[in-house]
Amino acid sequence: MTELSQIRNFSIVAHIDHGKSTLADRLIQLTGTVAEREMKAQLLDSMDIERERGITIKANTVRIDYPAKDGKTYVLNLIDTPGHVDFGYEVSRSMRAVEGSLLVVDATQGVEAQTLANVYQAIDADHEIVPVLNKIDLPAAEPDQVKAQIEDVIGIDASEAIPISAKTGLGIPEVLEAIVHKLPAPKGDRTAPLKAMLVDSWYDSYLGVVVMIRVMDGVIRKGDRIKMMQTGAVYGIDKLSVLKPKMVDIAELGPGEIGVFTASIKQVRDTRVGDTITHEKRGTDKALPGFKPAQPVVFCGLFPVDANDFEALRDAIEKLALNDASFSYEMETSAALGFGFRCGFLGLLHLEVIRDRLEREYDLDLITTAPSVVFHLHMKDGEVRDLHNPADMPDLTYIDHIEEPRIKATIMVPDDYLGDVLKLCQDRRGIQMDLTYAGSRAMVVYDLPLAEVVFDFYDRLKSVTKGYASFDYQISEYREDTLVKMSILVNDEPVDALSIMVHRDRAESRGRMMCEKLKDLIPRHMFKIPIQAAIGGRVIARETIAALRKDVTAKCYGGDATRKRKLLDKQKAGKKKMRQFGKVEIPQSAFISALKMDG
Amino acid sequence: MDDWQQGGFGLYLHWPFCASKCPYCDFNSHVVASVDQAAWRDAYLSELRRSAVETGGRVLSSVFFGGGTPSLMQPDLVAAILDEVRRLWPRANDLEVTLEANPNSVDSGRFRGYSAAGVNRISMGIQALNDEDLRRLGRLHSVAEARRAFDIARDCFGRVSFDLIYARQHQALDDWRRELAEAAAMAVDHLSLYQLTIEDGTAFGARHAAGGLKGLPEDDIAADMYELTQEVLDTAGMPAYEVSNHARDGAESRHNVIYWRYGDYIGIGPGAHGRLTLAGQRFATEAPRSPQMWLDSVQKRGNGELPRTALSGEDCATEYILMAMRLREGADLRRYEALAGKPLDMEAIRRLEDMGLLGRSRDRIAATASGRIVLNAILREIVA
Ligand SMILES: Nc1nc2c(ncn2[C@@H]2O[C@H](COP(=O)(O)OP(=O)(O)OP(=O)(O)O)[C@@H](O)[C@H]2O)c(=O)[nH]1
Ligand SMILES: C[S@@+](CC[C@H](N)C(=O)[O-])C[C@H]1O[C@@H](n2cnc3c(N)ncnc32)[C@H](O)[C@@H]1O
Ligand code: SF4
Ligand SMILES: [Mg+2]
Repeated sequence: MTELSQIRNFSIVAHIDHGKSTLADRLIQLTGTVAEREMKAQLLDSMDIERERGITIKANTVRIDYPAKDGKTYVLNLIDTPGHVDFGYEVSRSMRAVEGSLLVVDATQGVEAQTLANVYQAIDADHEIVPVLNKIDLPAAEPDQVKAQIEDVIGIDASEAIPISAKTGLGIPEVLEAIVHKLPAPKGDRTAPLKAMLVDSWYDSYLGVVVMIRVMDGVIRKGDRIKMMQTGAVYGIDKLSVLKPKMVDIAELGPGEIGVFTASIKQVRDTRVGDTITHEKRGTDKALPGFKPAQPVVFCGLFPVDANDFEALRDAIEKLALNDASFSYEMETSAALGFGFRCGFLGLLHLEVIRDRLEREYDLDLITTAPSVVFHLHMKDGEVRDLHNPADMPDLTYIDHIEEPRIKATIMVPDDYLGDVLKLCQDRRGIQMDLTYAGSRAMVVYDLPLAEVVFDFYDRLKSVTKGYASFDYQISEYREDTLVKMSILVNDEPVDALSIMVHRDRAESRGRMMCEKLKDLIPRHMFKIPIQAAIGGRVIARETIAALRKDVTAKCYGGDATRKRKLLDKQKAGKKKMRQFGKVEIPQSAFISALKMDG
Repeated sequence: MDDWQQGGFGLYLHWPFCASKCPYCDFNSHVVASVDQAAWRDAYLSELRRSAVETGGRVLSSVFFGGGTPSLMQPDLVAAILDEVRRLWPRANDLEVTLEANPNSVDSGRFRGYSAAGVNRISMGIQALNDEDLRRLGRLHSVAEARRAFDIARDCFGRVSFDLIYARQHQALDDWRRELAEAAAMAVDHLSLYQLTIEDGTAFGARHAAGGLKGLPEDDIAADMYELTQEVLDTAGMPAYEVSNHARDGAESRHNVIYWRYGDYIGIGPGAHGRLTLAGQRFATEAPRSPQMWLDSVQKRGNGELPRTALSGEDCATEYILMAMRLREGADLRRYEALAGKPLDMEAIRRLEDMGLLGRSRDRIAATASGRIVLNAILREIVA
C-alpha cells in the first residue's frame, strides 16, 4: 500500500512517432525498473506487429519506483499510448485511469493533428499537462518555435516545457522531477467500499484473462470476492500484481494504485472496459460513469482463398478475438466467395493489423472485400436498419432514405500543400468548416463522409503532401444523402463482393474507375469478358477485357518434359490465388486494388 | 505393350560447347578455350555402353546431336560415336541421324565428314535473315555466310532444316512477312520457327528485367505474327505439325516426334534428359549440367547420370498430354486415361470445343489452329 501523496499516475501522449515509447524506455531505464541487459528499444511494444511496424498499437502500463530529489520515493504509474488515429480509443480510456499527461511534441515537427486531439482529450479528462519537447538532439530541432506554436495553436502555457532527447537521455531527470512536482497526487478514501475502474483486459495464454484496474476507493486483496457492476458477474481474485512491466505479485492495492488481477475469467468479452469493480459483499452502490465501448467503424468481409480453410479461419478469428475485444465478427456467406466473416474494425490500420496476423500467425490466404462503413437505412415502415454490407442492401422500394456517418477531420499541413489537401477533401465530398494558420502551417477542419475516408484517404493525403500532413478525425453524426448501391458485373454476372455504396453524383466516375482497374487486374481469358458497373438495372460504366491471344511455350527444350510439368504446376499454383466467378477467375488482390482511387 | 512403344525409341547426345554465348539462349551451352575431344569421345562411348546394357535389343529410330553447337565436334568424334551406336543397337531401316549446326564457314567445312560418319539430317540455326537482327541476337555469322553454309548442307545431306527466331526487337508484322517469304523459298522440307522467349538467367532476361530490351512486339502483334506464319507456310505446303515446327508431309523430324509422342529416349551428355521404361516403370533421367562435372563423373564413377526419378502414372500422364498436345495430331484420350488412372476433365474439353479451341474425333483431342496459340491456357484447363 502506498501513500496517496507519493503516487503519480500519468499517460504519455503525442502524435504518432513523436517518441512516446522511447521516452517510456528512458524513464524505465533511469529508474532501474528493468535490468540493463533486458533493456531494448521501445520495450513496451511487445507484439510482433508493433515491433515490425515500429508503432504502438496497444497502450501499456508500467509501475516505476522513483527516489525523488526531495528524499521521498514515489510510485509512478506510466501509460504509454498509441499515436495512430485508429487507436485513439486506447488513449481516451487510458486517460480516465490517471491524473496527468506528458504531452510529447517532436521539436523537429511541431504540433500535429493527433497532438491536438490528445490535448483536447487530456483537458476533457481534467488532466494536468506537462509539455515535453523531444528530439532536440537533431539539428532540425526548433524548440523555441515549437514552444510558441504550442501556446498559439493549443493555447496552453509552454514556458516550462522541458527540452529532452528520449534517444540520448538528455533532460530525463528533469522530466521525472516535473512528474513528481507538477502532476497532482490521486485522491481516494481507503476506508470507503471498494470502487475500481476496469481499464483494460487481455488474454494471456498462460494466465487466461488479465484485468487491469485503477483503484479509486477502498482496498482490493488477493482472494477477495469481487463483483463487476455492469455484468453482475462475481469472481474470486486468484492473482494480484503490478506491472514492472513484468507481473510482480502484490498483497493489496489501495486508492490511486494501478494493477492487474486474474480471476478465472474465460473470455475478454466477459469483461467490460469502463466497468466498476467492487466487493461482492458490502460493495459500493455508486458505479463510476463508465465509458462507451470502442465501436467498429470499418467493415469488410474476410474469406479464405481456399474454401477448405473456412474452419481454420473461424478458429483463428476466435483466438484473435479473445485478445482484441475491439473487433467484431459474424459469419457471412457470399454468392461469389462462399463462407467467410464480416468483420468490424476501428479503422483501416486496425483492419490491416488483424488481417496480417491472421495470415501470418495462422498461415491463411485471405480475400479481403471492399471496406465499408455502417449506413442507416430508414425504411418506409419506420424501421431503422444498420447496413454493414452493401450486398445486403434491400430493394429500394422499401427504403425511405439512407444516412451515412460523417466525421470531423482535422488536418495540419504546410502552406505549400494546402491547395492539394483542399482539393482532396473537396473531391471526397468534404465541407470546409475552418481554416487557420500557425506560422507556415495551416490547420483545416473538414466535415467529411466517413465512407470516403475509410479506404485510401490517408494514403492519398500522405502522397499529395509528401508525408507532411497529419490527420485526425472523430465521428460526428449520421446524415442523409443520396446514396446508391453500385454493383459490378463480370462477364454479365454480379460479383457481390465488389459492390459498394456510393454517392449518386460520384457513382459514374467511381464506376468507370473500378471497371478500368478491373480490366488491368483480371488476366485475359480465352474469351472476352465484359465488365460493367450498374446501379439497379442501369449500366453506368463498361470495359472489355480482350480474349487471350497468345499463351504458348515456343521452344521445345528437347526431352526435358520435367520442365514442362513444373511450368504447369507453377501456373496451377497461380490459379489457386484466384477465385472462380462463373467462368472468370479473379485474383484475390483485385477486391481491394479495384477500389483504390488514384485521383 | 509398354506405353513408350507408342512413341518410339531414340538417342539424344548433348554437346555443351559453343564458340560464343548468345544473349537469348538458356540451353546448356558453355564457352571454353579448348576441348579435349579424345576425352569426350571416351566418355560418350562409355555412356553409350552403359545405356545399351539396359536397352540393348530395342530398335533405335533416331539419333540426335544437340547443343550447344555440335558442329564444333570433329567429324571423327561423330564417326566414333555412330560406329559404337551401330554396334550396340539394332536400327530402323530409315534411321534418322540429325546434327545441329551453326552456319559458320568453319563449321560447314566439316559437313562432308559428318555425312561420311552417318549423319543424314542437319538442323541449322540461322535465326534471322537480316544482318542487323543477327547482330542484335549476338550471332557470329552473317546472312550471306548462313546461306553459303545452308547450300553446302543441301549438297551433303538428304534432309536439311533451319531455325529462325521471330518476334524480335523492332520487328514489325510486315518485316516478318517479307522474311517468311524468303524462308519459305529457301526451305527444303522442314523449318522451325520460334517466337523469341525472354528467359531468366540470360543476358536478354537481365536487360528485360532492368527495363531494357525495348521494342519487343506486344502480345497482340506476336499473336498476329504467329497467325501469319501459319498462313504463309500452309500455302507453301509446310504446315505446322507442332507449335513451332513445319514440314512437308513425311518430312517431320522423327526425333522430336519421339518426345512429343512420349516415347522412350536415352539422354547422354551434360544436362541431357531421358525417359526410360524399365520393367514397366518409367524413369526420368538427368545428367549434371556442368561439362566438367559430367566428364569427371563418367571418368571416375563410370556413370554420368544423376540419381533417377521414378515417375508415377499420373506424372507420366501429365507429361504425355503436355507433349502430345503440341502436335497437330494431338493426344489419345485412352492412352492418357490408362496412364493417369482417370480421364481428363471432359467438361472442360467440351467447353473448349465449343469455343473452337479443341477438336475431337473419337478418342483423340487436338488443339485447333486457333487453340495451339493459347495451348498453355488450354492445358491449365484440361489437366486436373
Ligand atoms: N533522434 C531522435 N530520435 C528519436 C527520439 N525519440 C524517439 N526517436 C525516434 O523516433 C521514432 C519513433 O519513436 P517511438 O518512441 O516509437 O514513437 P511513438 O510516439 O511511441 O510512436 P507510436 O507509438 O507509433 O505513436 C523512432 O525511430 C525513435 O528511435 C529522440 O529524442 N531523438
Ligand atoms: C539448342 S538451340 C541451338 C542450336 C545451335 N547451337 C544454334 O544456335 O544454331 C535450338 C534452337 O532453339 C532456338 N532458341 C534458342 N533460344 C531461344 C529463345 N530464347 N527463344 C526462342 N528460340 C530460341 C534457336 O532457334 C535455336 O536454333
Ligand atoms: S543459341 Fe546455339 S550457339 Fe547460341 S549459345 Fe545457344 S546453343 Fe550456343
Ligand atoms: Mg509508441
